[in-house]
Amino acid sequence: MTDPATDLGPLIPRNRAVHPVPYDPGYKTSMTRSPNLPLLSMESTPSEETGPRFGHGLLAELDNNLILNWTKGKAAAVGERILVHGRVLDENNRPVPHTLVEVWQANAGGRYRHIKDTYFAPLDPNFGGCGRTITDEQGYYEFLTIRPGAYPWPNRANDWRPSHIHFSVFGHSFGQRLISQLYFQGDPLIDMCPIAATVKDRGQLDQLVAPLDMTKARPMDFLAYKFDIVLRGRRQTMFENRPEGM
Amino acid sequence: MTQDLNTLTETASQTAGPYVHIGCIPSFAGLKGIYAEDLGLSPISDGAKGQIITITGSVYDGTGWAMRDAMIESWQPDAAGLFAGQDGADPAVNGFCRFAADKDTGEFTLRTVKPGKTPMRGGGFQAPHISVWIVARGINIGLSTRIYFDDEDNSDDPLLSRIEQRPRVDTLLAKKTGDGAYRFDIRLQGAGETVFLDL
Repeated sequence: MTDPATDLGPLIPRNRAVHPVPYDPGYKTSMTRSPNLPLLSMESTPSEETGPRFGHGLLAELDNNLILNWTKGKAAAVGERILVHGRVLDENNRPVPHTLVEVWQANAGGRYRHIKDTYFAPLDPNFGGCGRTITDEQGYYEFLTIRPGAYPWPNRANDWRPSHIHFSVFGHSFGQRLISQLYFQGDPLIDMCPIAATVKDRGQLDQLVAPLDMTKARPMDFLAYKFDIVLRGRRQTMFENRPEGM
Repeated sequence: MTQDLNTLTETASQTAGPYVHIGCIPSFAGLKGIYAEDLGLSPISDGAKGQIITITGSVYDGTGWAMRDAMIESWQPDAAGLFAGQDGADPAVNGFCRFAADKDTGEFTLRTVKPGKTPMRGGGFQAPHISVWIVARGINIGLSTRIYFDDEDNSDDPLLSRIEQRPRVDTLLAKKTGDGAYRFDIRLQGAGETVFLDL
C-alpha cells in the first residue's frame, strides 16, 4: 500500500471555499439537507485514494451521442444540435485519462424523462437524456447532444433553471468524486438561479459556464461548447513516505 | 508579483438534483434499455470470498423525513482489505456500488461482502469500513461518510479516534440486526446527525 514506487501521495485537501455553501436559504431544499455540525477533517487514506475504474469496454457506440442513443440511431432528437467537449484535469494541471464522465439533461423543451418530472412541456419520443464517455489519454472527452431548455421549478414562486447539463466524474480516487452542472455562455437565467447562486465565488461560478467554441462547430450541422473539468489532485513530493515531522 | 503556481482550482460542485437517476441509474428513472445495464449494480459477483452481508437504512433530512430521492455510492476493499486492482485482490469484488433510496419508502439496501481492515500509509490499520457518498436534491456538495460495524474491533481506528464527542462514533456504526444483516441510518442534520467527512 505504501510502496514508494507507486504511492502517489495523499489527496490535496479540498478547499471548501471554492464550492457552494451547503446551507443556502435561497435554495429551500438545502436548508434541511445540510449538516449543522462541522465535517471531520483528516488526511486521505487508501479508502479515498483508490477508486473504481471503468474500461472502454463499458461503452456502446452511441453512449456519447444523446441525439441518437435513445432510439439506437433510428431517429434524431429535436433541438439545437451541439457538441460539448473539453478535458478532465487535476489541480496539478495534469490530464485525467481513462475516467468515466456521465451526463444527464432535460430535452429541448425543458422536460426530463423521469417518473418524477410532471412539467407539461412534452417528452420528445426521440430523446432519452443521458450519456457517458471515457476520457482519452490526454483527458479529452466529447458529447453530441441538443441544448436543453430552461424550465420552472418549485422553490420561490417563479424560479427557472437556466439551460444546464448535469455531469458526474469519477477520477481515479473515490475522494475525487464530483457531480456538478454545465451552464451556457450568455444565459440570463444563470444570474437569477438560486442553485447557481450557492457558489459564492464568482470566478468559480464562471468556471461552470461553457463558452461557445466555433473552432469545433461543424458547418451546417452543430454548434460547439467547450467545458474543462478540474478534479482534486494528489500531493506528490519526494518526502511523502517519511513519518510526519521527521 | 511572484511566479505563477500553475495549479488549477477544483471545479465547483452543484447539486445532483432530483433527476440524478437519469444519468446514474437510468433504469430507476424509467429509462430502460439505454445502456445494457446500470453502472454499479453490485460490488461483488458470484464467488466473492468472505461473509456476504446486507445493510439496510434510510437517509433522513433535518425534519426526520426519510428522503425518497437520495442516491448513494459505496466503495470498499475485499474481505482481506485489498481494493480492486491491487495485487492479490479478490477478482469477485469490484468494490463499487450505486443504489437509490426507494421512491416510496426511502429505504436503501446494500448487499456486499464484509470488508477487511486496511493498512494506513506510515503504519497501523483502519477498522473494516465501507466508504459512502450521498448526493440528492438540496445537497450542494456530495456528503462523505463511512459505515463501520458494531461487531468489529474499532478501538484503534484512526478516524473514529478523532471524534471528540464519543457518542457521535455511534452514528458511523452499522448495527447488527441478524445473521449477516445490519442497519445503518444516515441523518443529515439535527439530533443524531451523522459524522460527515472531509478527507
